[in-house]
Amino acid sequence: MTEVASRDDARKSRRGMTTKKNGEAPGASSEEIALRKDLLRSMLLQRRFEERCAEAYALGKIGGFCHLYIGQEAISAGTCSVLRPDDYIVTSYRDHGQALARGMNPRSVMAELFGRVDGCSKGKGGSMHLFDKSIGFLGGHGIVGGHVPLAAGVAWAIKYRKGDQVCVCFFGEAAVNIGAFHEALNMASLWNLPAVFVIENNRYGMGTAISRATANEDVKARAAAYRMTGESVDAQDVFAVRDAMGRAVDLARKEGKPTLIEMRTFRFMGHSMSDAASGTYRSKEELEESMKRDPILLLHDLMRSEGQLSDGEFAKLDEEQKAICQDAWDFADASPEPPLENLMTDIFVDTTS
Amino acid sequence: MPVLTYRDALNQALREELARDDRVFLMGEEVAQYNGAYKVSKGLLDEFGPMRIVDTPITELGFAGLGVGSAMVGLRPIIEFMTWNFALLALDQVVNAAAKMLYMSGGQFNMPMVFRGPNGSALQLSAQHSQAWESWLAHIPGLKVITPGTPADAKGLLKSAIRDDNPVVFLEGEMLYNTKGEVPETEYTIPIGKAEVKREGSDCSIITHGKMVLVAMQVADTLAKEGINVDVVDLRTVRPIDVEAIAQSVQKTNRAVVLEEGWEICGMGAQVVDFIQRECFDDLDAPVIRVHQADAPMPYAKNLEKAAKPDAGKAIAAVKKVMYLG
Repeated sequence: MTEVASRDDARKSRRGMTTKKNGEAPGASSEEIALRKDLLRSMLLQRRFEERCAEAYALGKIGGFCHLYIGQEAISAGTCSVLRPDDYIVTSYRDHGQALARGMNPRSVMAELFGRVDGCSKGKGGSMHLFDKSIGFLGGHGIVGGHVPLAAGVAWAIKYRKGDQVCVCFFGEAAVNIGAFHEALNMASLWNLPAVFVIENNRYGMGTAISRATANEDVKARAAAYRMTGESVDAQDVFAVRDAMGRAVDLARKEGKPTLIEMRTFRFMGHSMSDAASGTYRSKEELEESMKRDPILLLHDLMRSEGQLSDGEFAKLDEEQKAICQDAWDFADASPEPPLENLMTDIFVDTTS
Repeated sequence: MPVLTYRDALNQALREELARDDRVFLMGEEVAQYNGAYKVSKGLLDEFGPMRIVDTPITELGFAGLGVGSAMVGLRPIIEFMTWNFALLALDQVVNAAAKMLYMSGGQFNMPMVFRGPNGSALQLSAQHSQAWESWLAHIPGLKVITPGTPADAKGLLKSAIRDDNPVVFLEGEMLYNTKGEVPETEYTIPIGKAEVKREGSDCSIITHGKMVLVAMQVADTLAKEGINVDVVDLRTVRPIDVEAIAQSVQKTNRAVVLEEGWEICGMGAQVVDFIQRECFDDLDAPVIRVHQADAPMPYAKNLEKAAKPDAGKAIAAVKKVMYLG
């Protein structure tokens, strides 16, 4: 098999369209359909979960800063679908969707958002600081770009131990202007660290359009400065995300080389719960136009057109996700507030090596 | 007991701990090929190789953050700042990441790491290279802050810092690297958070830490000739701070001078005075006096620099003042 054919097969595989073996009927295989359904399930779970987050925020059950991921779910679903269980994720404060896509228990996430003791961080972190060591989910960090060096450090540790895991780091496009991003990319490339740096370009850093903040809007071009592969992806297409992430993860895993990927996406909500989805820094028309490329709709329509998903199946899948979210809500609501003595715990551990 | 320089004592601590635990690595500017800007890491590259003794670009925020990430997955980084003046660029990683990770993650991610390097002023390095940062760092819950003043303390405390499963800030003295002292030959560590009375006296306490310990000892020597016996309390660690040791000394002498290298406002001395008024209010025979750097950026000119810095003369005057000796 030539290298080109092999790459092509890999791409088809990530799209859920593996080349047929001899004798099989044409069309998607059951595994391929299962993969597509799982991507759809992951995105729907994130969407329904965050719709409940908005509701809970309005009711005062969630406080503080709360940044929703709605519209960007193909990035987390596609990425997590190419990762191994022992890989790592480091992300920013817009972290609910990625946590769920990685497999964090929705109960644990919702309880954290509600500030309850059964939250993943015992109610001490909140929306911006989701952590789950058991699935390699290393936060949830609140300073723009500040966590990008952390991802380089995780990748450093992988190399130090001669492991073959990969660390994926997510951040918004506004982070490409901050020093920490540049310092981390330089070290990652200089030292050949197995990291994938994912720019979630939703075109607005809070309320500032990328054109008003970034001299070169072609943010993947930053990769060239660090002798790194740079790519730009239509991230409303979950298969395009899988393709690009698959390549980048392979490069990191097999050759220990980092990649910078721009995921071109939209967020359908405001930056946080304090700004309107449109009407201030972006127009209603722009928002409505972007919502036509809802990643869930795109996958849904594709599967419908190829006869892989009936209305009934979709409704059932959707109801299942809603039920999971209701269960998470009920669990979080019933979970106690952290006991006051927890105020002074988890500041230090008592151990030494 | 062998006599070592502060620099060589630190080098021994690093070498012993690198040999003891292969999760420990040293990373910073010029630490490997150049053997360290102050030669603290001399010979370590040859012994441990380039994955464990790592030269970095000049990118303090970046490699401090890299250390944090590596500690999250179980390595034990020692991050060297060429000086703590440059660490200002990395404080987001020290304060927002390392110090808070355990808490924010509800106890999931402890940070077994050390941030170390020279702190405070040297000679005529002027404003941007002459700063003592311990009060800034000691302000932060989640950090331990160590300020050793002698070679023996430097070695024993660095070993404890490296073995600690929490983030430790280790502030060395640029002017201390060449100072000498006895260092035990056998394996030892010194507990973090324990002060040491470096000299017993009954007339006045000097409470100090870091580079100022040597100054306090000079003061004690000079005043002893005048019949004044000074109790020198070396805090050694400024967070957690050994309040009991402070109180014991002040309850014995009833008078105190707090000597520190940094600026006055919100300095370490302000915290020590607070502990004294809380614990020893009825024991005091005079108000506590603080000796510190002048409230100005460090000047370059020799005479102005001398005027800015705390020194033995200023501390002697302070002791005499709290003893109402003119």
